Parts: sequence; structure tokens; C-alpha cells
Amino acid sequence: MLNKFSGMAALCVLLACSTNSRADDIQDANKLLKQGQTAQALEKVNAVLASKPKDAQARFLKGLIVNEQGNAAEAIKIFTALTDDYPELPEPYNNLAVLYASQGQYDKAKVALEMAIRTHPSYATAHENLGDIYAKMASQAYDRALQLDKSNASTQTKLALIRDLFGKSARVTKPAATVVAAAPVAAASVATVTPTAPASSANNGDANDAVLNATREWAAAWSAQDSAKYLSFYAPEFNTPDGMDRAAWEAQRKERIAKPASIEVTLNGINVNARDTENASVSFNQNYRASHLKSASHKTLVWVKHGTQWQIVEERSGK
Amino acid sequence: MPRTPYALLLWLCFASTALAEPASREMEASLAKSLQAVRNNHLDVALTEVDALLKSHPNFKLAQLVKGDLLMARAQQIKGFGSAANAPKDQLQDLRDEANARLQRVQQQQPVGIPQYLWKMNEAQRYAVVVDTSKATLYLFENVRGEPKYVTDFYISVGKKGTDKIVEGDKKTPLGVYFIDGHLNKQQLDDFYGSEAFTLDYPNEWDTRQGRNGKGIWLHGTPSDTYSRPPRASNGCVVLANNDLKQLGRHLQIGNTPIIIADQMRWSDADDQVNRSELLAAIEQWRKDWASRDTETYLKHYARDFSIGKTSFSEFAQQKRLVNSAKTWIKVQLTHLSVFPYPNQEGLVVVNFEQDYSSNNLSNRMHKRQYWVKREGRWKIIYEGAA
Repeated sequence: MLNKFSGMAALCVLLACSTNSRADDIQDANKLLKQGQTAQALEKVNAVLASKPKDAQARFLKGLIVNEQGNAAEAIKIFTALTDDYPELPEPYNNLAVLYASQGQYDKAKVALEMAIRTHPSYATAHENLGDIYAKMASQAYDRALQLDKSNASTQTKLALIRDLFGKSARVTKPAATVVAAAPVAAASVATVTPTAPASSANNGDANDAVLNATREWAAAWSAQDSAKYLSFYAPEFNTPDGMDRAAWEAQRKERIAKPASIEVTLNGINVNARDTENASVSFNQNYRASHLKSASHKTLVWVKHGTQWQIVEERSGK
Repeated sequence: MPRTPYALLLWLCFASTALAEPASREMEASLAKSLQAVRNNHLDVALTEVDALLKSHPNFKLAQLVKGDLLMARAQQIKGFGSAANAPKDQLQDLRDEANARLQRVQQQQPVGIPQYLWKMNEAQRYAVVVDTSKATLYLFENVRGEPKYVTDFYISVGKKGTDKIVEGDKKTPLGVYFIDGHLNKQQLDDFYGSEAFTLDYPNEWDTRQGRNGKGIWLHGTPSDTYSRPPRASNGCVVLANNDLKQLGRHLQIGNTPIIIADQMRWSDADDQVNRSELLAAIEQWRKDWASRDTETYLKHYARDFSIGKTSFSEFAQQKRLVNSAKTWIKVQLTHLSVFPYPNQEGLVVVNFEQDYSSNNLSNRMHKRQYWVKREGRWKIIYEGAA
């Protein structure tokens, strides 16, 4: 499913946003876009661009806004210009690819993603999207080979789904610098739910072991492609990436877990930090190897003990 | 359903580099090249090759399937040839069959021999067609001073249910010696039959005698959205890609070009040549014996089970005795003699000629067709009539 549309946070990290009024305006515009007030958002962004026509962040946001307004052609123009001016940034390429894909121009989408990967070889979103593009192109070829009406329909459904996701667009996505392949997109800049209370020193050793076990079981369930068990590790209040609907997120996880012929998740450098007997976070280096994709990332799971069971309330990628 | 893995397909494919091949041959070579690249783990090369192929022939469904597999292999692990999800199994099997047939064609050497079915072409027959259904191949031979010389060959599809047609609607392709007897252009045809069609004279006299029926056996093209069809696809017709049919069609003469459909090509050998000489001698003897007015010797050339329609041998013999008794002289001349042995029917031969007959009280000229059979070492006529 081609749904990784890079949002603002990614770019923000790379460009090290300054804290001036321009940044405020952009943040406001971003907020307006989230609220669906695209006209006002556009006005704000245009105001920024009037004084700083080359501003990458403003242009990127404008691309998101005009796309949200249904003007994909203009969005493509904006992202294309961004790739010309900032060829080192993978996000504009990625979004260009998503837009091309939504128009069924898979060849162009493929080229754009390849460019994103060329600039950032470990850019997992682009890898994942490229996999989806190949699958789409394959299904097009299969359609022509076998005249599969069914698969035509499924292609259409997927594209419609992309538009739905655009509906919730301008969401905060993980920084491009982190690598999470075929894993939930961890929300990067969302406030953590970890209590700020200082860690209690009381017998946290048991908690340490229990959380460590839970983490290992979580990885094992993922490797076994047992999505029911894997999902059972996530607490009801789990922060889904980008504030995604829980059911949609679960469906997406199930699909991604089922799709590869095999998955192997290995963890090393595990560091358990139990704050008290019911709250702990576990950090580790995650090596993900699926049939056609390999990636390594640093990940943090925030666990909370519900009754007797430890459950994940947050999943973060990156340091 | 048996699954043909790539590995099995691949060992069959060794690139052939024949010169000045028709487009279809180039395409097959290109397809084989792509599959060979898969074997060598050069998936990019394989995709480039198949993409180039599809650029010129986007309706080549087999190539689309291979392309699908190559792309799918990048997205996820694939199970084998034709990994399309939810694909109808029979359609996939059809395309696997086509892949097998085409790869075998690529591997195959260009024929150097002469088929057993072309004993003698007449001087007006410039070309002859022989179909080997087991190889999904139609061969074109040119008449070079009386000798058949291989020109080219094409991938073809035949009946869904195979060969040896017996009754109308059995979806089988007839096996036998036929002649092109008509042409239909695009305007006269549904798109399904492609750019043109050549009609065959099935059922012929032998088929009718055997009680075989059905009609409308043609050589025709493919629908505009389809480059080629699986090896077994038609309701009995022989189907070629439109551009192949166009190329072949230039050499076909309505009412004259033989098309011999065999389910297993047999090539001429020394024994075959002996048989051929014997029959040619028997035909000449028959002519001489007729002209000699020695009716009983002449009638010995006819088999006991000879018949023309409802006329039995005894009725035929009686009539000949009566007619010949009134003759003081007979002259028989044969020209445009053609002799084509039947496939799948040892010792059955179709003989055609122009017969110039004259006698003291009657003269005529006709195109005659005879079916000769070899009975206990002797060639006999089992059917004769105007054609």
C-alpha cells in the first residue's frame, strides 16, 4: 500500500527549522491544513513565500496544501521544483512518487523513488513505497497478460485509499533520518506518554526481566508473522503513528506482516529502563530482514503493565 | 495442475541466432533471452529485454506475464512462473504452455530435411505448408525446381481439445491433406479472427468417407488486443499472429497451396523415397493400362473397397467395361501432377492432376483427385473423382 507521504516533520529535522516568525507562520499553516482549512493555510504559506520564495519548507507545505485541495498537477510541479533545487532531500522525491502513483504513472513514480533512495540509501519509506510500486506495475502487467478484472479493481481500491490518507495529510511523520522498514511509522515529535516522575528504585529487577521477555516475545511474534499475537502486545491506548485510526493501523500491520514470504527480526544492544514496577522503556537496535527488504534501526518501546501483562503504549524509532 | 518452474523452462532455452528471421522469431529469441537472464540472476537485464519486447508488441500476453513476475520479484518473494494472485489457473497454464512451446521453438534447429508429406508438388504450386501441431509450428516450404525447400516457420495455435477432428463442435483441428480454397479480408471478419483468414477444404473426400464432419476450418489471425494465443486455444482452426499471417499469406495461392496438418512431423528417409518411386510408377502404369483398353488390367489398380460416393467398385467396374468396349482408341495425358502422403495414416496418398482424355467418341479435360492406398505391397486407388 503506497501511503507513505512525507510530512513536514521530516523536512523540519533536516533543515533545522529556525524559531523565527517564518517558522511560526509555517507551523500555523500546518495546523490550518490539519484542520482542513486549506484556503487559509495556503494564504499563510503564500505570505511566507512572498518574502522568501525559495524557502524549502514553505514550498513543501504548499505542495501538501494544493494536493489537499485536489490540485495534484500543481503539487507535482511544486515537488518537482523542490527536487531540482534540493536534490539531496528524499522527501520531495517520495511525495512526487506518491502523486505519480496516484495518477497511475508508475514508471515516473519508480524513477522518483529511485532518486530518493540514491540520495538516502537507507530511506525506508522510499524502499517500502518502491516495493509497492513494483507490485503495482507487476499487477498491471498481470492484468495485461491475463485480463484480470479483479486485480484492476484492487488497484483502484488502493489508489482510493491513498486519497483517503491524503485526507488526513500533513500529519507528522517520522524523521527521514531514521530507518524503520515495514514497521509502524513511529511518531517522532509527538509528546511521549512516559510519566515524568523520577524512576523509583524499588525492586525493578523483576520488571526488567518481564519487560525484556515481553520485548523478545514481541519480536518473535513479528518474526513468526503471527500478527494476532504481535498486535496483542499493543495497549488499547497505544499511540498509533500519525494518529492513525486503530483499526486502520492494525489492518496495515497485518498486511505488512503477512506480505513477505519470511520475516526475521533480531534485537541487540537491548537496554531496559524500568521507571517503576509498571512503567518501562526498552531501547535496542532492530535488524529487520524480510524476503526482499533488509533494514536496521534503533528503536524504543515504551511498556506499561496492565494487570499482569506488559503492553506497548509507544513505539519510537531513532535515537 | 502441474506447475512449470522457471528452472525447467530455462534449461530449454539456448539462444538461437538465425539470420533474417521473421518478427515472431525475433520475439521468441528475445523472450528466451529474458528468461535466460533470469537464470543468470540478471533480473535487470531480463526486465530490460522484456520491456523492449513489449514496446513493439504490448499485446504479447506471455511477455506481460514474465514482466509481472520480474516486477513482483522486486516487491516480494514469488512462487514461480506466473505469480499473479487470483489469476485463473487455466489461463496461467495456457501461458505456461505457450512459454514451453516457444522456448522449444527457439531451441530447435532449422529443418534441413523434407517432410514425408511433400512427395511431389506440381509446377504451379509455388509453396506448401506443413503444420506440426506437437511443436505449435507451421512450416513454409518453397517449390524450388520440384524440390521443397524450407523457407520459414511460425508459432501457431490449434484446437482447444487437440487434433484429429471427428465431429462438428469437438474443438479439434483436423489432421490430413488440405488445400487453401478461399480468402476472407478484415471487413468480412469479426475482430476475433484477426486481420484475415484463409479457408481450408475440410472435410475432404477422405474425411467424408470416414464419416467426419464439421466445417469452417481456417487459418486465421488473432484479435486486435492479443498478439498470440496459447498452443491449444481455437475451436479447430490454425491461428497465427496477424503479422505472421500477413507474411505467410503472400505465399498462399487460393485453390492450389496444400496445407498438410500433422500431429508429429515425419521427415523423409530412404524407405520413404522407395515408397514414393513405387507410387509414381503405379500412377504411370494406371495411365498406360487405361490407354491400352485392357480393362481388366486397368481395373486391378482399384481397391475392392473403392467407391465414389454411393457407387461401389462392382458398379464402377461394370460401367468401365461397358464404356471401354465401345472404344477403338484411348489417349490419357496427365499434367500438373501433385502427390501428398497423408499424415497419421501410413500408406494413404492424395494425388491430383489435370487429366487430358481423348478417344474415338469422347474427349474431355478435367482436374481429377485420387486417394491411393498401399495394400499388401501394392498401390491401389480407393477413391477418384473430379476436384
